[in-house]
Amino acid sequence: MNNIGQTYFDIGRMDTLARVDSVLHRLDPRAKLITTLCFILAVVSFDKYAISALTPFFLYPMILIVLGRLPVGYILKKVLIASPFAVLIGIFNPLIDTAILVRLGPVAISGGWISFISILLRFVLTVSAALSLVALTGFNAVCQALIKLGVPRYFALQLLFFYRYVFVLSDEVERMIRARALRSFRSSAMGLSLFTAFAGQLLMRALDRAERIYMAMCCRGFDGHIRMIKAMSIRQVDIFFILFWLTIFIFLRCINVPLWLGGVLIGAW
Amino acid sequence: MHMADALISPAVGIAMWAVSAGIIGYSAKKVQQETNEHKIPLMGVLGAFIFAAQMINFSIPGTGSSGHLGGGMILAILLGPYAAFLVMASVLVIQALFFADGGLLALGCNIFNMGVWSCFIAYPLIFCRIAGENKSRNQIIAGAVLASIIALQLGAFSVVLETLLSGISALPFTAFTLLMQPIHLAIGIIEGVVTAAVVMFIWNARPEILSSAQGRQTQNKPGIKKVLVGLLLSSFIIGGVFSWFASAHPDGLEWAMFHASGREELHSKDTVHRSLAAIQKKTALLPDYGFKQTENDTVADTIDSWPAVDIGTSVAGLAGGVLTLILAMALGWGLRRRRGLA
Repeated sequence: MNNIGQTYFDIGRMDTLARVDSVLHRLDPRAKLITTLCFILAVVSFDKYAISALTPFFLYPMILIVLGRLPVGYILKKVLIASPFAVLIGIFNPLIDTAILVRLGPVAISGGWISFISILLRFVLTVSAALSLVALTGFNAVCQALIKLGVPRYFALQLLFFYRYVFVLSDEVERMIRARALRSFRSSAMGLSLFTAFAGQLLMRALDRAERIYMAMCCRGFDGHIRMIKAMSIRQVDIFFILFWLTIFIFLRCINVPLWLGGVLIGAW
Repeated sequence: MHMADALISPAVGIAMWAVSAGIIGYSAKKVQQETNEHKIPLMGVLGAFIFAAQMINFSIPGTGSSGHLGGGMILAILLGPYAAFLVMASVLVIQALFFADGGLLALGCNIFNMGVWSCFIAYPLIFCRIAGENKSRNQIIAGAVLASIIALQLGAFSVVLETLLSGISALPFTAFTLLMQPIHLAIGIIEGVVTAAVVMFIWNARPEILSSAQGRQTQNKPGIKKVLVGLLLSSFIIGGVFSWFASAHPDGLEWAMFHASGREELHSKDTVHRSLAAIQKKTALLPDYGFKQTENDTVADTIDSWPAVDIGTSVAGLAGGVLTLILAMALGWGLRRRRGLA
């Protein structure tokens, strides 16, 4: 029960964060979307043993978090919660790939461990960047950016509806589960037959609701388009933002700065 | 079974994005042609329903663990394949954006794995064939269970293939398949039973919902030919993108990059040069399992001349990486502090 409230609260919190005003919030959603996609592409394009070359890429999510005034702990917690699949698949690498790749004095490190660490780094980088994007932009703006970028209108529109009614239906589920928990002795997971009744009830209510919403919308002149008061416009800042980060990504992709730094460090030492 | 960005290569990610985007575009066009705006709120609310229903856990009999609904098949039964596919895609979009379940680049893979198989293969070819027009209770149950199993098996197998083609995980094909398929067989059976149960519940309580859905479906059921043509097309796209990347991306480029940076200005620094050369060797030889012979040679080589070459690379990489992280954190802290003062 607690868990459900948490999920619901979580979606809402991302929207609250998106309502803060900062330099990054004011950027055009398209600019942020494109830059973040390029960032993810750059990160995943490294070969499987890359570790040091990936570290400078922390710059991007970090700048987003700091300049966008996002709570670091909250983003990190979300990254952690999402980690099981990548960790589960990645953990097989050290077991299978045992060829020794690096020796640090007496310690021999196998390729598997290196690629596992590389997977973890990639995971933290890509996930934190994607989460920051939503927290800086808000879902409605992301959807508008999608429409502008050529995503089919029907798809984007129903995505907007979906997002709106997630809150309503989540509330309903939470009430149903609470009501059941208060009336039963074991508040753990329910049996299959009870679940069926729950889901079925919820489904029927959802269908009825969709019908009512559609009729209400028709009364208000809905014709398949949603019109926005504030039009999106690409300004110079947005172009600069994209180009600036693209240059940095390409530079970091081509030149392993940490390796060079480390070399200088050792050379001086 | 959400794929993560960390496990896929750009080639796989982009190819699957292209395929999924194509199918989304086609489905959106189909939905637009066949119905009026009536379906938009219905689709949105049903997406929210799937999302909300996934929050309810039920206990799985005999195991002590609990599971939740996947929902692809219920959507297909209620909405027909095209609209159901769009809704499934949006559920995955929300999960990717808000819960980081599967990353942005992996979104194409996830939409394909969890949407295409259930909506365009399992539903028309299995559920509709078995449950058909004038369906009986048993036929619906059998159809839902079988269709869910097939959809999840195909989806799990796609995860295996995508992971394998990406080459980030070291899991060998057989082991990974043996790991994924049985787990998803169990999940598929449960999913099928739950789907059948919910559909039966609706059938008993409000049969008109299902029969009206069934009526719509007879018009927009995709023909088997179209499905086959679509699959063929998507395999061409995947093949095309792969061959393009295969020649452009891997070792050659890496090697050239290091070579270029090694020659330019770092020449004077002896350690750096040597460490770069060592890196060159590694990046050029290790990822290719074809050259086992030479690979062994180089490994032996590096171990022989160990302190000179190898420690340069690893320590430099390590020190540089740590230094970069410290610099990055200092920068972040400094920015935050300045912001706090301002």
